[in-house]
Amino acid sequence: MKEKLIKLIADYKGVAVEEIASDKTFGDLGLDSLDIAELVMQIEDETGVEIEVSPELNTIDKLAAYISERQ
Amino acid sequence: MDLHRVAVTGLGAVTPVGNDVPTFWSNLLAGVNGIAPVTHFDTEGFAIKLAGELKGFDPHVYFENVTDLRRTDPFTQFAVAAAEQAMADSGIAGKVDPRRMGVYIGSGIGGMQTLMTEHAKLMERGPGRVSPLFIPMMIANMAAGVVAIRTGAKGPTLPVVTACATSSHTVGEAFRAIRHGYADVILAGGSESTVNMLAAAGFHNCKALSTSDDPNAASLPFDLRRSGFVMGEGAAVLVLEEYEHALARGARIYAEIVGYGNTCDAYHMTAPHPEAEGAAEAVRLASEEAGITGSDADRIYINAHGTGTHMNDTVETLAYKKVFGQDAYRLHISSTKSMTGHMLGATGAVEAVAAVLALRDDAVPPTINYRDADPECDLQYTPGQALHTPLTYALSSSFGFGGHNAVLAFKKVTD
Repeated sequence: MKEKLIKLIADYKGVAVEEIASDKTFGDLGLDSLDIAELVMQIEDETGVEIEVSPELNTIDKLAAYISERQ
Repeated sequence: MDLHRVAVTGLGAVTPVGNDVPTFWSNLLAGVNGIAPVTHFDTEGFAIKLAGELKGFDPHVYFENVTDLRRTDPFTQFAVAAAEQAMADSGIAGKVDPRRMGVYIGSGIGGMQTLMTEHAKLMERGPGRVSPLFIPMMIANMAAGVVAIRTGAKGPTLPVVTACATSSHTVGEAFRAIRHGYADVILAGGSESTVNMLAAAGFHNCKALSTSDDPNAASLPFDLRRSGFVMGEGAAVLVLEEYEHALARGARIYAEIVGYGNTCDAYHMTAPHPEAEGAAEAVRLASEEAGITGSDADRIYINAHGTGTHMNDTVETLAYKKVFGQDAYRLHISSTKSMTGHMLGATGAVEAVAAVLALRDDAVPPTINYRDADPECDLQYTPGQALHTPLTYALSSSFGFGGHNAVLAFKKVTD
């Protein structure tokens, strides 16, 4: 799941997957609230898991764990 | 309060005849036609076949990362391109107090493509799949918002929405703001990206568009054969600057903006007033403020609205006759829409750029493909070939659905 999210976010930002660290906050990855809302839709489509966005859910690692628990 | 003089110190444009100002201008003078078969969508089943689309425009040149690009509709991308060209051309970056710099960039329609895409998602997949970027991408003020973010302009920022008169109004209102001391520099212009299926259907069904499939017999301003306009797309931005501010930093001054007329027909949603009341009054107001009289006529270039619809061209001709009387026959008029198509909310600014460069070079761009004279349109429309003649003033006229009329007056700088 983590690799999938990294790939998705790298594609969204148009950068290499190596540039996306899974323990950095979305803010540190240069993503704002509009980007996150847009990305969450894509992730929901691809995983079938409904995501309740919250301030705590702020890194790829945490999001991957959240999705894995619900799949 | 003292009135300030206002200079034009920078130009930027992305148009169907060139994605920068030098290319745009040399192609206008050469009579290059930017109208061609539509590529943005399949015209099967559509009555219209042609448009003035941008050619080879690459927004990545202006957006360093794809996230910023993804968050903007093409109309905002075009505006960013034109604004950044104009900023670079003027050399104003870092030389004006950001609080004294504004952005007046409008769009007639805004992010129509974004609206269509998101509406399709709503219908097919429900409300939960409409993009959170939908509203910020679509709203017609966002070109001005994004340009302000990118340039750091924190002064007056005022998009205008007056259909096809939009960016003559933005330039005129920016002129007023600087003239009355509210800003030192304003990026003024317009942008439009509406060569799409919904706009084509809508404009066609209100009988506004030419259905010709011959690019050289479609946009025919003032020609007896005219049967409607051809949709165009793109953007243009002018850097307007308080005159002393421009002199103090040694800026190149293209021309001075010296008049602006803003009126409404208050008559019909789409048709112009048959006696050209509002249009003539806008021409008169701009000319009066500029100090133009009929005796100047053979040194005046008018970049006409000249859409190639039956009503516009007849009524516009009448407007010039009402203001200038017999002197109207000595005016040098042309419609560059014969080459660009009608760029709607961008058209006023694009044509203001042409008017400014006409003054600089003493050169009147032609009305191309003009062939059959219309007895109701009997002024000098500069058919076929550019005319090289000494000019002192240039007017640029725009008239929009809603009865909105805007006329700008520019003057050659001699002192």
